[in-house]
Amino acid sequence: MKPTILTKPMRKWAWLFLGPMLVCFGIGFVWPFLHGTYLSFCRFLLVRDAEWIGGGNYAAAFSDPSFRSAFGFTAVFAVVSVILINIPAFAAALALNRKFRGRNLYRAVFFMPNLIGGIVLGHLWSMIFDGILAGFGTSILLDAKLGFWGMIIVLLWQQVGYMMIIYIAGLQAIPADMMEAAEIDGASGSQKLFRIIIPNMMPAITICLFLTLTNGFKLFDQNLALTAGQPFIQQADGTTVRTTEMLALNIYNTFYSQGPSNRGIAQAKAVIFFVTVAGISLIQLVATRRKEVQQ
Amino acid sequence: MKQEKFVVRRIVLGIICLIWILPVLAVAVNAFKMNTYVKTETFALPNAQSSAGFDNFIKGMTFGNYPFLKSALYSVVVTVLSVGAILLFTSMAAWYIARVDSKACRVIYYLCVFSMVVPFQMVMLTLSRTADSLRLNTPLTIPAVYVGFGAGLAVFMFTGFVKGIPLAIEEAASIDGCGPVRTFFTVVFPMLQPTLVSVGILEIMWIWNDYLLPVLVLDIYEYRTIPIHIQYLKGSYGTVDLGATMALILLSVVPVVVFYLFSQKHIIEGVTAGAVKG
Repeated sequence: MKPTILTKPMRKWAWLFLGPMLVCFGIGFVWPFLHGTYLSFCRFLLVRDAEWIGGGNYAAAFSDPSFRSAFGFTAVFAVVSVILINIPAFAAALALNRKFRGRNLYRAVFFMPNLIGGIVLGHLWSMIFDGILAGFGTSILLDAKLGFWGMIIVLLWQQVGYMMIIYIAGLQAIPADMMEAAEIDGASGSQKLFRIIIPNMMPAITICLFLTLTNGFKLFDQNLALTAGQPFIQQADGTTVRTTEMLALNIYNTFYSQGPSNRGIAQAKAVIFFVTVAGISLIQLVATRRKEVQQ
Repeated sequence: MKQEKFVVRRIVLGIICLIWILPVLAVAVNAFKMNTYVKTETFALPNAQSSAGFDNFIKGMTFGNYPFLKSALYSVVVTVLSVGAILLFTSMAAWYIARVDSKACRVIYYLCVFSMVVPFQMVMLTLSRTADSLRLNTPLTIPAVYVGFGAGLAVFMFTGFVKGIPLAIEEAASIDGCGPVRTFFTVVFPMLQPTLVSVGILEIMWIWNDYLLPVLVLDIYEYRTIPIHIQYLKGSYGTVDLGATMALILLSVVPVVVFYLFSQKHIIEGVTAGAVKG
């Protein structure tokens, strides 16, 4: 951009406009990020001091059975949640897009759970699952399968409304004359859905798919509040695998409940986690760009 | 035929909605039951035998070795101060970034975009240590941490919006002798209003419900927010009073519902605007 009449006087005030944000950004992001990356190559000696050891932490992280188990669990969980959240959300958007009385009430009901935080949600559902499962003489903490589906239900309840809102925005962006033309030409319901609605909704669909995928990968609060990784299984070598522990919780536990000597490994796990999540976002960016070119 | 289909659809929608609010209703019902009956009669209404009246709410106020009202107060303080600071500081920075547009500005902008894809676990340990050594571990100072970690999305959204505002308005102010500071606060800031609301809503939803950042940064024996308080009810060993827990969960859900009812339109807009960034 060419300098404007504003540029020169503004530069004098750079410290005021950029200063507060940059100081906070440095403290809250840039320095912790750089320092964290560095520490992932270090061994923690005392509480504060660290010594460079190269890639050892990464090797240890990849060979940690609890990390592998968490990685697998998280990947399956994320994919299942993407499917089970987006299909009902899309259906709800289609149903609640047409005008009728009470439409806003329905939308509000579906959206509301999204405003409740993960910790409160986890404890809320924990009471409900306990109430149901007590009748079968079991508990969500006793069976990894129950834990998995329990968390899916919680996440579904929370996020369907959110995705529905994005899908509704997508539906409303479809030109009305296009739908009218299809109707005049006698297109059937499924023809309208697959030939007009879905192709026109691709931006919204891409956003929702990746949003649910990264949300599934990054899930922490609900995991901590609902199962905290239980049930635990003792391995032959003495280590414990927490069967419903997801990646974020695994990293947290490695940081804070296994002593300072494991913090380097925890930081390496965090870097692996970051690269995975950032990779997903990068794929999304490429996918969205390509679609834009086609249109 | 068409009428029939319409009725069926309405009934199906109604049933699904009912299922959707059942969990919240279950909490409300159990908040009025005595502890032992929450587990055994979860889905029954309180009767003469199991009803606890408002005892759970009274007990809940001091339950968990921490006053609930104190955690509610800290939640409000942390959320209001942090969101306020984020809105002010990031909109100022975004205006500068969008208008001056130097190389350094671009670097800052792309760093902000980059920070949006970094999960909190990546900076968890180092951020909480840094915050600790800089004494940012109180409700009055933690906003600095929230501005830092939350700057990415806010700067991104504000910069996008500023770029769409015609430059002519600011130039006119400048020609009339208005300096950059006055131009920003009297001309630009009011124009940012729709984005201020959208960003504000997104940040409120994040910070009000956030658990991990405050639990690591704040000194939790002194300061607890509502999510920390709720988590530590169950986390503490010994007997957990489920009735009182449900009362507290109900108390923390009600303000959220009220907030939603008052700002439904803005929330929907905020969510849609925030989602477009992906």
